[in-house]
Amino acid sequence: MAVEAAEAKIAPVSGTGKVDGGGFIQAVTSRLVIAVPYFWLLLFFLVPFFIVVKISLSQTAIAIPPYTPVFTASDGPSGWWANVREFSFDNYLWLTQDALYFNAYVTSVIIAAISTVLTLLVGYPIAYGMARAPQSLRPVLLMLVILPFWTSFLIRVYAWIGILKPEGLLNQLLLSIGLFSQPLVILNTYTAIFIGIVYSYLPFMVLPLYASLEKMDNSLIEAAQDLGCTPTAAFWKITFPLSLPGVVAGALLVFIPAVGEFVIPDLLGGSQTLMIGRTLWSEFFANRDWPVSSAVAVILLIILVAPIMYFQRAQAQAQEAGR
Amino acid sequence: MKPLGSIRRSFAPWADPAAKPYIVFENVSKVFGDFTAVDDLSLSIYEREFFALLGASGCGKSTLLRMLAGFETPTRGRILLDGQDLVGIPPYRRPVNMMFQSYALFPHMSVEDNIAFGLKQEGMPKAEIAKRVTEMLRLVKLEAFAKRKPHQLSGGQRQRVALARSVAKRPKVLLLDEPLGALDKKLREETQFELMDLQQDLGLTFMVVTHDQEEAMTMSDRIAIMDKGKVCQVATPAEIYEAPNSRFVADFVGSVNLFEGTVARREGSAAVIEGEGITIDTDNGSDAPAGAKVWYAVRPEKIKVSARAPEVMGPNTAEGEVWDIAYLGDMTLIHVRLPDGRVVRTSQLNRQRVVEEPLTWNDRAWISFARDSGVVLTR
Repeated sequence: MAVEAAEAKIAPVSGTGKVDGGGFIQAVTSRLVIAVPYFWLLLFFLVPFFIVVKISLSQTAIAIPPYTPVFTASDGPSGWWANVREFSFDNYLWLTQDALYFNAYVTSVIIAAISTVLTLLVGYPIAYGMARAPQSLRPVLLMLVILPFWTSFLIRVYAWIGILKPEGLLNQLLLSIGLFSQPLVILNTYTAIFIGIVYSYLPFMVLPLYASLEKMDNSLIEAAQDLGCTPTAAFWKITFPLSLPGVVAGALLVFIPAVGEFVIPDLLGGSQTLMIGRTLWSEFFANRDWPVSSAVAVILLIILVAPIMYFQRAQAQAQEAGR
Repeated sequence: MKPLGSIRRSFAPWADPAAKPYIVFENVSKVFGDFTAVDDLSLSIYEREFFALLGASGCGKSTLLRMLAGFETPTRGRILLDGQDLVGIPPYRRPVNMMFQSYALFPHMSVEDNIAFGLKQEGMPKAEIAKRVTEMLRLVKLEAFAKRKPHQLSGGQRQRVALARSVAKRPKVLLLDEPLGALDKKLREETQFELMDLQQDLGLTFMVVTHDQEEAMTMSDRIAIMDKGKVCQVATPAEIYEAPNSRFVADFVGSVNLFEGTVARREGSAAVIEGEGITIDTDNGSDAPAGAKVWYAVRPEKIKVSARAPEVMGPNTAEGEVWDIAYLGDMTLIHVRLPDGRVVRTSQLNRQRVVEEPLTWNDRAWISFARDSGVVLTR
């Protein structure tokens, strides 16, 4: 029965085109293939998101779960309607009243932005070197970039504590070669957060940059030099502009998760670090205030949608230009 | 008709011992690892010459061009341009420009920005750049496409943008790497003549690399035939075709029949060659002494095919049977098989619409050629 319904829905569409018997099955299959990611997003992104939105509109309560109202099947339509009428934007209002949240958002965006620029500065030469390396060496280099993922992210961040702490490896090295007489305070500062983010997100910057640099035709550089560009000028006039889609993709892949980053500021940044990921965590676990932390998450998502939309537009433009 | 045609005919600085060559390759070698791309090559090219390097892929012709552009450094030897040694000068300081096989148009720049690119690097004033770009766009008939990006152009239009960009700086020498390789046949034929006109109008020296012999024959003043990093022969298209200096050149350019034999007699430049099943009497006897092993090369169109036996079966005639016929409209290719199994390729111009007794498969046929139709080759 369900199959028949599906066919009935698709038949008029296939009838308009030049689709024969084999084409019909193909049309159904291709729609099914597209349906899979949509279904995935619906089930694992949109539905949970609406649950979060719903919680953000609820009130905190000492109960399990710790908020009201709670929808149950036994309430019936009238009960559900009564629940909906209890929704309010109080939690969002609360976020505007305490400067803590605003400051946390701004700090997170600034830290993420600085980290993104630093990652780009470190990642671009790496990607450039990989793209210029002999063909036979490239898979190895690519592997080396991905290799850190073999180890748990958490362990790698913990390792940085061992390196950066006052009596850690870095300070031991600096003191032993006599560069400093006092150990540097790096751990529990913003510097440590930047180091952590640049280290952790470097592959996300290098891979898209590498992809865009690697497919670039070397004869473009030769043509630029032939027309009078020094190698440096050729880089800035040809290579860099043509790698911009990679720069944008890499920057967003670093910036978006970095804004909401929790583990790195928590472990490396110390207690005074004000980042939205930590704020969210303490609202949720320390305060057990699910509605407010949900509101924090929803606002964070709205802040991040802007760069994502910009990214999609840039991608569409890149595709347009690539045709 | 342009009066330039007559100038072109009289243009032969290579024949004038007083003329100074413009570009000189002096014992140039280029070795990549254990592969010798260019092998101890010497070559002179004259100002305003349209010079073609013709050879199969991998013969070193592109490497030679890239060494002149500065993208490769010769392993040994010198390259002189107008008396100046180019080795060590980076590509961006050489007064030569190159048109790339892939065109290498900058995809993020419009047509006019592409053309203006080299001029901007020179620091030319803006107004002058604009004037030059307009002039270049007119030259390649792309005025209407100035604002387009390369990906919005057809293959032929891109080729013309690449050409405009490479001549915009008025280089002393324009290097063209397979300039017409990516175009379809019809467009290629049109563009060949456009390139020749452009070269005449701008008075530039052109050095073109191609593997297409027709292209090289049509456009160039002289052709260098290359093989395995060496130059086999440098000559005008007519000389290359009618007087090749080796079996390789004869076979590489056009189609040829090679008769192997020994020189039986010599009288001045005339010679009689005893070949298998055929005696050849020729007045272009090369300098091979009597008894030497030689090859007599005759082009297919110089061989006459007849259905009737000649009155005397003298030299330069042989009997065989029609083995293959290919009718091409303007001419017919007839392959005649000699009794020993060798197949002689001939091409007959179809001067008459209707032939009364056309030859057909397995007919007896007699081939013959005049004394001056071929050349004697010693290698």
